[in-house]
Amino acid sequence: MNIVVCIKQVPDTNEVKLDPKTGTLIREGVPSIINPDDKSGLEAALKLKDQLGAHVTVLSMGPPQADAALREALAMGADEAILLSDRAFGGADTWATSSTLAAALRKIKYDLIITGRQAIDGDTAQVGPQIAEHLGLPQVSYVEDLSVEGASIIVKRIFEDGYHKIKVKLPCLITALKEMSIPRYMTVGLVYDAYREKEVKIWTLRDIEDTVDKSNIGLKGSPTKVKASFTKGAKTAGKVHNVDAREAAKIIVEKLLEKYIIS
Amino acid sequence: MVFDLKFTEEHERIRQMVRDFVEKEVAPGAAERDEGEDFAPTYELLKKMGKLGLMGLPYPQEYGGAGADQIAYALAGMEINKVDASLGCAYSVHISLSGWPIFHYGTEEQRQKYSVPMFKGEKLGAFGLTEPNAGSDSGASECTAVLEGDHYILNGTKCFITNSGYADIYVVFAMTDKSKGVKGISAFIVEKDTPGFNFTKQERKMGIRSTVQRVIEMENVKVPKENLLGKEGEGFKIAMTTLDGGRIGIAAQGAGIADGAYEYALNYAKERVQFGKPIAAQQVIAFKLADMHTKIEAAKLLTLQAAWKKDNKMPYSKDAAMAKMFATDTAMEVTTEAVQILGGAGFLRDHPVERMMRDAKITQIYEGTNEIQKLVISGQILR
Repeated sequence: MNIVVCIKQVPDTNEVKLDPKTGTLIREGVPSIINPDDKSGLEAALKLKDQLGAHVTVLSMGPPQADAALREALAMGADEAILLSDRAFGGADTWATSSTLAAALRKIKYDLIITGRQAIDGDTAQVGPQIAEHLGLPQVSYVEDLSVEGASIIVKRIFEDGYHKIKVKLPCLITALKEMSIPRYMTVGLVYDAYREKEVKIWTLRDIEDTVDKSNIGLKGSPTKVKASFTKGAKTAGKVHNVDAREAAKIIVEKLLEKYIIS
Repeated sequence: MVFDLKFTEEHERIRQMVRDFVEKEVAPGAAERDEGEDFAPTYELLKKMGKLGLMGLPYPQEYGGAGADQIAYALAGMEINKVDASLGCAYSVHISLSGWPIFHYGTEEQRQKYSVPMFKGEKLGAFGLTEPNAGSDSGASECTAVLEGDHYILNGTKCFITNSGYADIYVVFAMTDKSKGVKGISAFIVEKDTPGFNFTKQERKMGIRSTVQRVIEMENVKVPKENLLGKEGEGFKIAMTTLDGGRIGIAAQGAGIADGAYEYALNYAKERVQFGKPIAAQQVIAFKLADMHTKIEAAKLLTLQAAWKKDNKMPYSKDAAMAKMFATDTAMEVTTEAVQILGGAGFLRDHPVERMMRDAKITQIYEGTNEIQKLVISGQILR
């Protein structure tokens, strides 16, 4: 089985701080990580590889620094890594990103494509489903569990108040939840293999030009326009009162009165 | 001297992997393991580290190692000790004190039989040099080894032996010819289950409480002749060169412990409000943090310099001694200051800094007291 896992390198949002004056992210010195949902999907793919034997390819679009994320995936056990990197891809919104990734996927053998549900730096949850649309594949999003049955997979799709168990014919695309699996650690031996034995293939626009519509990539191919970005006003630290409900209600009313929210 | 210390992407990934492992698997139970004073859970962590390739980190892949260098070993040591010095101690004994002499002085048969399973993480190592009457003066050994036919017969007492009882493979030193003094000491590889190799008193300690140290009483322990390490009379040289390398591990331990305590105190100082502002905004605390940070960076650089020299096959004995002494003195000082910054809270077992302070003390003592390090350093600069 050939599995392609799409991963994104994101800033570790646990470590990101906001510039209080401009309200923008301070990205300097913030460590980059593999997006958690994507890493969970990668682990699911590696588990299938362990159980049934599979060829796992990781695919990412990003600047040259995304090499580190792909090497990490190789050091966890992925077989092959491809980085889509070209100035022409820059400034992409979800539409342009999914168009570019889909163009690359048309050149890769796959039975199953796994993407994360959403990235912690954008939270759109659009790229995975859009890829499936571009490729005309069946898709299941919000997947928490996965097993193979013949030429199909059985997946557990999570809703807020329950789940569906769905049988899907391969090839298909699923979007993985963080809860799907706990990613394994890299091993020292595989770290060395990732740098000395394996390579991260760099694909530029030229490598996918016959499978992509150039009007759908990069900043120019992005219909999303950001009008303005702002941060909500900084709040002071909250206070915890360990009291019963009656007492709590009294405190809340007092505070609301104090701030003239009620009168 | 061209000093081109470089961190490669590989170093960075290894450091990242160790940090990831330490945060998820080591940090959560560190306080509990210390309270429990039991090595068993630490032993389980060492087994997990074996699966990640850490138990043979700086040794060649063809012998089951991971093929990394001393820099990677130092970085890994810093990450582990930042969170749990007990695990760091057991690890350093395995890699440096037991793994190194067998690999460096061993025959091909000895490497295949002992180094390979050790580096794969299937077997744990220990090192038996210290005796009740031979501490810093290790040449005063009273243990004896007498050749009888195909075996050496070992007798005597070893003490403070880390990993003992759990370790499968012991590097043990004993006198083969007392008349020759230190030139009469030899080194042997002893397997755990050898009859007469008895583990007795388990020590109760101030710090590194989730490691195990025992007394080993040797009563007519029959060690096959082929388990002599190096040649007869080479024991003292083997012990001293082993400790030279081990000091890089302990220097990394000191830097790691200090870093853990510093980071905890730094975060605490930014959040703890007294007199209407975080205590970090008081210059008296800010300056303490500045001193701590500077000394930790210096300790790390000395440690990495010694590791770099070892990797580049340059003499590193003095560098390792300086790194060990400075980094462990830094560990003691920084952990003490961290407790001070936390004030009364720092004295409680609710916070990890008191444990780190107790753990730091042993690093000034073992693998050569810091007074012995001064002897090594002055001996070299006054040569």
